Amino acid sequence: MKPLEFLRVAWESISRNKLRSLLTMLGIIIGVASVIIMIAISSGTEATIEEQITGLGSNLVFVTANFTRAGFGFGGPQGGRSSGLVFDDAFAIAEEISGVKAVVVEQPSSENVKFENITLSGVSILGTTSDFPSVRDMEIDQGRYFNQIEIDRKQKVAVLGSSLAAELFGESNSIGQTVTVDTTKLVVIGVLQEKGLVGDVDFDSRLYTPITVVFQKFTPSQFARFRGDRVRVIYVEIEELDRINDTILQIELLLAKRHDVSLEEADFNLTTQQAIIATQEATTAAFRSLLAWVAGVSLIVGGIGIMNIMLVSVTERTREIGVRQSVGATPADIRWQFLTEALLLSLAGGVIGVIAGAGGSWLFGEIGGMRTVIVPTSILLAFASAVIVGVFFGFYPANKASQLDPIEALRYE
Amino acid sequence: MMDQKTIIQTTQLTMVYGMGEISVAALDGVSIQIQTGEFVAIMGPSGSGKSTLMNILGCLSKPTSGSYILDGEDVSELSKVELAAIRNQKLGYVFQSYNLLARTSALSNVMLPLLYDRQKQPDRETREIQAKAVLEAVGLEDRMLHQPHELSGGQQQRVAIARALVNDPVLILADEPTGNLDSKSGEEIMDLLHVLHDQGRTIVMVTHDPEIARHTERAIHLQDGRVETVIENGRTGRIIRTGGGDHEAA
Ligand SMILES: Nc1ncnc2c1ncn2[C@@H]1O[C@H](COP(=O)(O)OP(=O)(O)O)[C@@H](O)[C@H]1O
Ligand SMILES: [Mg+2]
Repeated sequence: MKPLEFLRVAWESISRNKLRSLLTMLGIIIGVASVIIMIAISSGTEATIEEQITGLGSNLVFVTANFTRAGFGFGGPQGGRSSGLVFDDAFAIAEEISGVKAVVVEQPSSENVKFENITLSGVSILGTTSDFPSVRDMEIDQGRYFNQIEIDRKQKVAVLGSSLAAELFGESNSIGQTVTVDTTKLVVIGVLQEKGLVGDVDFDSRLYTPITVVFQKFTPSQFARFRGDRVRVIYVEIEELDRINDTILQIELLLAKRHDVSLEEADFNLTTQQAIIATQEATTAAFRSLLAWVAGVSLIVGGIGIMNIMLVSVTERTREIGVRQSVGATPADIRWQFLTEALLLSLAGGVIGVIAGAGGSWLFGEIGGMRTVIVPTSILLAFASAVIVGVFFGFYPANKASQLDPIEALRYE
Repeated sequence: MMDQKTIIQTTQLTMVYGMGEISVAALDGVSIQIQTGEFVAIMGPSGSGKSTLMNILGCLSKPTSGSYILDGEDVSELSKVELAAIRNQKLGYVFQSYNLLARTSALSNVMLPLLYDRQKQPDRETREIQAKAVLEAVGLEDRMLHQPHELSGGQQQRVAIARALVNDPVLILADEPTGNLDSKSGEEIMDLLHVLHDQGRTIVMVTHDPEIARHTERAIHLQDGRVETVIENGRTGRIIRTGGGDHEAA
């Protein structure tokens, strides 16, 4: 029998039993679709992380307070000796460490913002320093950012994120207008360009003001009341990536001296951008291998499904097998017939699975709000493994069919 | 002893099912000889080994011992694959229960043996032409695209006969071909077999019905897996008793 004849016979048999064929394909369809969807989700996550990393700006070192070591200002276990990370630490780093390009301090708050008859509640307020736009890669759209003099003098000025500006002022010019934050009046001196979401932080809906103003007027947190100039994070931008370790050591030594602690019991942590990237990459890699396992298992389950239904089908079709044998089909003919059926079913299941996978990925993106990227090689991979799995698991039933005794098969009820 | 016209010659065929104490000798030393062009009936009570003999003659199973020469070739030692080729090239089998493929047209059913023809490997068009010709020959030219469930029992058996004929076999084996049919359809099937016989086909048929057997040239009676008697009717339907035991027709 020629290969084409096998294909025709297999096709006839598949189309004669549509429901059974569909059931056989189901496992493969689910397997292929889930491989594609999972790879799409994981690629989407990776793309998000990548953007986040680029969005953070390069050559960054984060100095954070280590609260388990730092006192809380009113005599904790190690209280009194250290006051944690303070505003002045940032200036010290900027002035005393060579190779530092910029230093930024942030102090967040949340207040009601009012302009004429528009009141927005719970607007995110960020007290920063003048290097903020360069360190966080923000561009000025209109006006300007505040400078060091305004910070020192606690000038009541504000720079608006693009969406906040649009909400408060619409199309009209906001520069020179006065907005009321809580009860403090701030003069708008600039509007930032749109940046979009970086991670889950919306840079565009915030109001930026000198950090000294936040300390003086808005700081709501508990311990900030005791030490109003305490900060959570100091961002340090390094000039040369090659010398980053040296610069880090210098910062550590400086802060240890200022806080009067040894490096071993430091009340601060220094983290590099690279360390964060490495952690995130490790997380995605783990995520990806987990997905690969899940996808692999679902394909194997699909294969077992094919085997299961084909075994039932061989039993159901025992008589047919006997009839074919009685008119001259050899064991090889029978084996090839069933193998061809398994191959056709897994090919068809693969095609449907690819369509379902692409559709599913799209749905996850549109409705599930997840970011998905369909990777062409994942389609190829899923499709190829479906066919391999189908033929692999189809072999046992096909072989079983070929070994049937003609007489027994013909007598089967 | 064996001339050119001998199509079947078996020597001391035995067939034992099962093993040890529970083993059953379905055939116990059957030696028969059948000539080309003969119409032979095989008779005997239920369980006497008729179907077992037919399955061996039809190369569907191999005897436990003994030899079987079909059309000049010893087939008792052939492999599964070789037996499949013999069935495909030389034999046509008609079953009591028709054994047509369900949900498959009469035409496709009749084309089936040609699909497995390794020697000629006829293309689809040739297969269709040949199958149509035999379907016409059995009087089913207007039922070719009907599926088995759309046909009467008699019609289904005629499709099965067409399938048995499509490869132009040297031997047609029919195991109780009228067993599932009412008497009128049964007669029609017998008429068809007689026509085929008149055309020179060699037919071996199992039957219960003495009336049907009377219209064959010879009736071989089995009992407990042995040949009991052979009744020679001749072409005239004359009955000649020739005794029991192992038998070789002249
Ligand atoms: N596959 C089998 N396994 C075991 N015993 C069998 C098998 N086929 C037939 N037999 C036994 O062999 C004997 C002859 O059976 P069979 O040839 O079918 O008789 P008949 O067709 O004359 O009724 C019976 O006793 C039957 O039970
Ligand atoms: Mg029987």
